[in-house]
Amino acid sequence: MSDNAQPMPIEKVSIIVSKGSLDGVYPGLIMANGARAEGIEADLFFTFFGLDAIHKARHEHIKMATVGNPGLHFATLLGGLPGMSAVMTHYMTQRMAKLDIPSVPEFIEMIADTGAGLYACKASADLFGLEKNDFIPQVADIITVGEFYAMAAGGQIIFT
Amino acid sequence: MPTKTYRGREFEVDAEGFFTVPSQWSEDIAAEIAREEGIGELTDRHWQVIKFMRHEYDEKGAGPTVRVLGKTSGVPIKELYQLFPRGPAKIAAKIAGIPKPRGCI
Repeated sequence: MSDNAQPMPIEKVSIIVSKGSLDGVYPGLIMANGARAEGIEADLFFTFFGLDAIHKARHEHIKMATVGNPGLHFATLLGGLPGMSAVMTHYMTQRMAKLDIPSVPEFIEMIADTGAGLYACKASADLFGLEKNDFIPQVADIITVGEFYAMAAGGQIIFT
Repeated sequence: MPTKTYRGREFEVDAEGFFTVPSQWSEDIAAEIAREEGIGELTDRHWQVIKFMRHEYDEKGAGPTVRVLGKTSGVPIKELYQLFPRGPAKIAAKIAGIPKPRGCI
């Protein structure tokens, strides 16, 4: 890179997690944790099925989607067999553990410890009938989309 | 190759200011690098992390990530970010005179 054309560094990111599958949740968590490691301010906003990642009872049971997932490279029919999602989830989490990638609950606790803010989407919480005490204690608040945009001001928004 | 001068001595660094020859580093320049990174005074807790970075680099040839620091340095993640607000693994590696850790987690 030349000295006179340095692009502006990213100083803040607001990451939206909208999916509740294993492969839907991890990318946002990795982006948030990685941002904090670089000294970048980060907030996580969980919406729709992404709320499962911060749901007290559900965040330990985030599963891999095996139906309609061409990335798995096996026949669609096989993906729908009973137990297939559990088997693939087990396989993936084993592989991740070998690489020392934390489980979803541990990862989220770690990200909260880095100083990132965790927020739940109000529209989705209303839709699913969830309240603040349904979520893990690291969740700072249930916020509206308007509050999210206000919070995201001056930074980059990443939708996952 | 860019260089940096600390306490009147010249050191080889990469484009981001990380040491490329960790053996050139010595403890007496740590405070000056820390000041450059916005850390006013190095406490015993800062030093615990800096020494751990050096130790890990000597053992494994690469600096640890924040997750490894949190699990094994004896300093929990919350405190790591209080000590090094602009990224514990990254800033501590720079102060410890080792290359930037490359892990994603």
